[in-house]
Formats: sequence, structure tokens, C-alpha cells
Amino acid sequence: MTRSFLARRLGGLAGTVVVAVVLTFVIVPLIPGDPAVSAAGPDATIEQIERARTELGLDRPLAERFVDYVGGLLQGDMGHSFSLNAPVTDVVFGRLPFTAGLAFASLAVVLLVAVPLGMAVGVLTRGGRRRWLDSAFGYTTAVVAAIPPYVMATFLVLVFAVSLQVLPPAYSRSRVGISLVLPLMALAIPSICFIARVVRRETAVVLEQDYLRTARGWRLGALRTYGRYALPNLLTSTLTLSGIILIGMLGGAITVETVFSWPGLGLGIVNAVTAKDYPLIQGIVLVLAVLAAALTLAVDIVLGLVDPRVRHG
Amino acid sequence: MAEPTIVAAGRPKLRWNVALAVGAGLLAVTAATAVIASFTLVGAAEGLSPDTNRPMSADHWLGTDAFGRDLLARALVGAQSSLVMALAATALSMVAGVLIGTAVWVVPRRVREAALRMVEIAVSYPELLVAVVLAAILGAGRWQLVLAVGLANIPATARLTANLGAALHQRDFITTARLTGVPGWAMIGRHLLPNMAEPLLIQLAATFSTGLVAMSALSFVGLGVQIPDYDLGSLLAAALPAIYSRPVEVVGPALMIVLLSVAAMLVGDGLAASADPRLRSAQARSALVDTSTRAAEPTPDAVVGVRDLVVRRGDGAPLVRGVSFDIGRAEILGVVGESGSGKSLTAMALARLLPDGLTAEATHLQVAGMDMRQNPPRRDLATGLGLIYQDPGTTFNPALRMATQLTEVLRVHRGRSKAEARKIIADLLASVHIVDPARLLRSHPYQLSGGMRQRAMIAAALAGEPALLVADEPTTALDVTVQAEILRELARINTEDGTAMLFISHDLGVIGQLCHRVLVMKDGVVVEELTAEALRAGEVAEPYTRMLLDAVPKLDRSRAVR
Repeated sequence: MTRSFLARRLGGLAGTVVVAVVLTFVIVPLIPGDPAVSAAGPDATIEQIERARTELGLDRPLAERFVDYVGGLLQGDMGHSFSLNAPVTDVVFGRLPFTAGLAFASLAVVLLVAVPLGMAVGVLTRGGRRRWLDSAFGYTTAVVAAIPPYVMATFLVLVFAVSLQVLPPAYSRSRVGISLVLPLMALAIPSICFIARVVRRETAVVLEQDYLRTARGWRLGALRTYGRYALPNLLTSTLTLSGIILIGMLGGAITVETVFSWPGLGLGIVNAVTAKDYPLIQGIVLVLAVLAAALTLAVDIVLGLVDPRVRHG
Repeated sequence: MAEPTIVAAGRPKLRWNVALAVGAGLLAVTAATAVIASFTLVGAAEGLSPDTNRPMSADHWLGTDAFGRDLLARALVGAQSSLVMALAATALSMVAGVLIGTAVWVVPRRVREAALRMVEIAVSYPELLVAVVLAAILGAGRWQLVLAVGLANIPATARLTANLGAALHQRDFITTARLTGVPGWAMIGRHLLPNMAEPLLIQLAATFSTGLVAMSALSFVGLGVQIPDYDLGSLLAAALPAIYSRPVEVVGPALMIVLLSVAAMLVGDGLAASADPRLRSAQARSALVDTSTRAAEPTPDAVVGVRDLVVRRGDGAPLVRGVSFDIGRAEILGVVGESGSGKSLTAMALARLLPDGLTAEATHLQVAGMDMRQNPPRRDLATGLGLIYQDPGTTFNPALRMATQLTEVLRVHRGRSKAEARKIIADLLASVHIVDPARLLRSHPYQLSGGMRQRAMIAAALAGEPALLVADEPTTALDVTVQAEILRELARINTEDGTAMLFISHDLGVIGQLCHRVLVMKDGVVVEELTAEALRAGEVAEPYTRMLLDAVPKLDRSRAVR
């Protein structure tokens, strides 16, 4: 891995983080009307509104607040959540493992299922073979990929919790592992279909490449030909998409966590927005944005390792 | 590499396919039903009645809720509300996204780079998260929801448009327009947009689908439309707490969300498929198979024997129409013809490497003692014939090191260890005049020159000590000096090892230099067979061969006549 490649990517990450810091800061000044009134709630007294105003720093000039905001962040202080009466940092990092765990577990399941599935269908339908399989796969995955995670979650609850009663319908502290199954499926199933479609299409493209004819000319057998000569060339596009999928899962987590009362950042931000807890919103958004940027970087680095052209390109 | 679909000029013609028809039909029927419901069923959907919590019945197809409101009517009216909001948000995302994406191509370079950078950063945040943040800023409610989702979807469209613009930016007609001083707005309206219509239409369908889903998601978690207003997302959320006692309540809104989202996605897929030139069916060309073979009985000790070889397309149209020839021991047979004459297909049929969809048949097809009409063992195939292809730039896998690829045959079919195989290949590379074989083996294909890659290809082809080398235009993609070197290598291999060769080229000069005997092919049949001496002396009978000979540039010809 060349140093300039890493430097370039890290520079990109730094840029994204700076933009995220600025954007999360401007959330409060952008709120139409008086943020202190919204923050204090509909039945607040004048004193409560004024207290909210002081806590949000609205009585001080914008530039001073920005310096404070950045200074606080540098010391790991993201402010105080009024709705939970706790430091935002504690709330965010208490919730982060739940979202990260859910998203990564889902991605692992997606890749393990979707890549072999897409490749198998791509190989079986190459050059117009088995048109029925092509259509069946195409339509099934199109329909399932179009089901949003929260509808999938509702459907899964209906089947596995209400009808079959084999899985818990919501998060339970004593059975974290088993209560992970349904949220994981809700996030993974639509993405499996999406990625499998992409892998199938990429497989068809790779199978037509000259280098695959070369490999076929060496008569290496199906497993070696596809495993060694087709798979690495599929990984570039698949990995690029996995990054996008994983980032999408951070978004999907917002609804899926709500369905399953999963105590992650997604449910956290929904509660924070409902409670108009602006410091908590800023904290969660910042962490999710940095997480998304870090994931993009991780995908880029892995791509650089897999495909040497990326590092020099 | 997938390039964005660009239609150069003129209006793209919409080609209907199943996905497009089903998607558009589904969307139209659902939308029409929802719109009609929003005029006729509002009473049933919103009026309170004493018929609370009714099960499914003829009066209430999906039953009623806790306030006695008809659930189907609510789902349909909610769908209309979601549709209208999704359309508004889509309009916002597309107009703003396309404006940004095209405007970056008419502003100064520095502004463009900064803007593209911002768009890149914006797309890297999950779009639903951006929508949630915007909802937090704007507050809950109907128009706030439209604005939040519409704004959140702008970067995706802006990036796509900017990428399409980048592809167009390089094209001649845009450069010409720029140089002749076409103003910015005219550039966008007249030159950029018409050439992006097709991909943007696909993006429109995708934006509508994601917009609808994102909006319902926000309402679902309680950040979108607020009671008493409702859309599909808020209806689904309202049904969820009672999912154990009254599961039927989730059916209406869930079904409508899926229906609309699937329909929009099918439309997008259908449009994409209709825009994909690879899916357009080719015109079938009928031609007769030449059965009047004059070739004699196959020569028993020939390395290659071919009689009446026919290669057909999937629809039965023959591309090679009855070709027969032999290649003797240590003989180099040249096959010459224009592109489309069937010369490469003949070689690939011989090697059992025809592209998908093509089939070969022959009365006799023998290579190095193997009957190629049967299915010879892989090991015999891999070691019996070596293959060299036209473009050394694409024949090696870009993701793997040369060592892995070049040693494959030795390891798989000769049972050599990695180290042994490497040693043998290094020697072969040295024998084809690679100066530093160890370095080449460590390299990836893109780090090598065309000439080096082609030498490596020859080394790989020789690894199995084949009786026959099939070389399909091996020098066409190389420059003239490298061409001469590669030809010299092939001639040396032929004289030193006695390897027979089938050498395909469209260049009579090259063929005359290297081959012992030459077949001239046209439209899938052999029109003339010549000795190299006859070819060099210009003693040809067929006018087609004469034409090919006259097409050889003078410089090459003088070299060939030598």
C-alpha cells in the first residue's frame, strides 16, 4: 500500500469530519423560530425557556458558540442531553455498540449469502442459458429489494413473533443474541437481494472478459476458474457497494431499531428529535456521520489491497 | 468497466419490456385507485363510526380500526397522500440535483472541483439520516417532510448528473460548443440535458421510489406527518402496537408501500433494460452452409484435422460454413481474412473455447490425437494446445500477479509445486527474451508493456509443451517493432521445438513472413489455399485475395516480398 494513497484517503476523511462538525453545529442556528422555545417544550415557563436558552448557548454570539462547540468536541465533550439529563458522550457511546453490531452482523450475513448466490446465478445463466432462472431470480430479487426495512421488519414480526411465536418481537436485555435475529433479518434480506443482483450482473460482465477466456483455455475446472479468476474481479464492485449498503444500514437502523426497540443510535436519534433534545441530536448525527466516513475509508483501503489499480489510479 | 449509457444525438426511443410494462401498469392502477379513493372514500376513511375494531367483511374488506374507520379506505387515501408528497419531493430533488450536476460543467474549473467535492461528501451520509436531521430542523408536518426528503435526495441526483456530464464533457460536440462560445444556459439546455435524458429518467424512477420509502419511514418513526393527518408510514406505525391483537391492521399500509415501491423500482429497471444496447436483439442473417467439400480423407499423422466445421449462432445462423484443413507436424498454417470472415471462430471452435451462445459441429475435428467433438480430459486439452490471443492488455486478469496466472497450468495439470512451476516459467520467460523474469513474475499485468505481456502469454502457452499453438492475431495490438520481435519468437519456437501453429491474422504481410501455408477466408468459407511462396510471389487466383494483397501497405509488402 503506497503512502500517498493512504494520505489522500485520510485527507478525504478529515474533510468529511470537518464538514460534519460544521453541519451538526449549524443544526441549532438553522431551526426556524426560537430554538429555546421548542427545546423547552409546549408547557414551559419563562424560566425554563431561559434556562434552555442558556444551556443551548443561544444568548452568546455564534462565533463564540462555535469555538466552544469545537473545543468541547476536542475534549470529548458533546454537551448535555436535557431529555436524559446525562452527558451526550455517555449516551452516544452507550448506544453505538448496538447499532454498529447490528449493521456489521447484517453486512456479514449479506455478503456471505449474496456473493455466492449472485455468482451462482450469473454462472448458471451465462450466455442466455436457463432463461427461466434468470427471470425468476430477477423478479424475486427486484420485489424483495424494493421492500423497505421497516415493512420487512413488520412482516417478520407478524410471521416469527405473532404467528409462529419463535422469536421475540423486541429487544430484551436478557436475550440480546436471540433478539438480534429479527432486526438483522429485516436489514439483511432486502440488501441480500440488492447485492445478489449486482453480483449476478457483474459476473455476467466478468465472464465475457478476455482474461476469463484465457483462464478457460488453461482448463482449470469450474471451481478454480470462477473462484480465482472471476471472484477477485467481482469484489471491487461488490466491496464498493457494500460500503454504500453499510452506510444505508445506518439509515435503515433508524426505522428497524424503532420497530424492535433496539437501543442503538437509530432509536436514539428518533427519541432525541421527538424530545427536541438538540445537543443529543448533534452528538448522534456527528458520530453516525464520522462512522459513515470511516466506513467509506475502510472500504477504499480494502479495495486498494484487493485491486492494485485503485491505489495508483 | 461499466460506462454510463450515453445516447449521442437524437431522441432515445423507448423500448417496452416486461418489467417496464408491469411496473408502469402497477403504478398507474395503484395511483388511479388511490386518487379516486381520495375523492370518494374520505368519509369512510376519516369519519368516526360505532363499528369499531370490525374484522374483515364484505362491507369493510380489511375491517375497521378502534374509531370505526374503514382500514382499506384509510390505506388508499393514505397512499394518495404519500404519492402526492413523494412526487413533490422527487420534483425538488431532480430539479435541484440536475441543476447542480449540469451547472458544475459550465462554471470555472475551480468552482467545479469544490462543488463536486461537496457533493461527494454529501452523498457519503446516509440519506435517511440527512432527512431526519432536516426534519429535526424544520419540525414535523406535511410540507416539512416533503422538504426534508426532497433536500436529502438532491446530492444523489447531482452526483449522477455530474458524472454523466463528465462523460459528455470529453466529447467533441461539447468541446466544439464550448469553443464557439455557447452560453452556459444554452449549453445545459441544448447539449447536456438531451444527451442525459435516458439515465435521468431511470434516476427519476429511483428517486421517486427512495423518496416514497424515506417519507413513509419518517412518518413511521413519528417525525413526519402528525395526527390527524396521515400517510402510509404513520398508518403502519399506528397499526404496530396492536399487531398481536389485530394483525390485519398492518396489511393495508404495508401492502401499499411495497406495491408502490416495487412498481417504481420495476419501472426503473425496465427503463434501464430498455436503454441497455446489449439487450437489443441482433438481426438474424441467413446464409447457406457450404457442403461441397473438396477436402480429402483426413491425414492420419496430422496434428490438426478439421472437416466440414460449421459454427452456428444461437438462432441457427451459420457464421463458419463448412471449413476443412489439416496442419502437419512442425507446420505453421496461416488463416487470413477480414474481420467477420470467421477466422477467429474457426480457431476458437478448434480449441473448444467458443463464446457463449455459439455451437460448433464437424464431421471430423481432431487436435493432437484428441477428438474435439467429444469432451477430452481437461489435462489433455490444457497441455495439448497452447493459446495466444490478440490483445495482451486484456488477456491477463488485472487482479492477480503474473506468477499466479503463468504457473497455473503447470501446478494444476502437471502437478508441479509453486517453486518448481515458477522456475520453469522463469526459464521460459528468459527463452522468449524477458530480461528480468523474476521481476515480471512479481508484477501485476498493468505494470507491464504490451510486448512483455505478449511474451509472457507465449511463455504460458508453451508451459504445457503443447503439440499445437493457436495464435489469434497475436501481433495486431502491438506496434511494428514489437510485432517483428514476437514473430521472430514464434518462428524460433517452431524451428527449435517443432511446435505446429495455427496463426490467425488479417495482415497478409505478417502471414507471408511466418507461415508455411495460408488459408484465405471470407464470409465463413475458405476461398483460397496457397503456399507461402505463392503468396509472396503474388501468385493468387481469387480476386478477394488479390484485394487483400493490394490492401497491404507498400512498406509491409516490400518487407514481405523480400
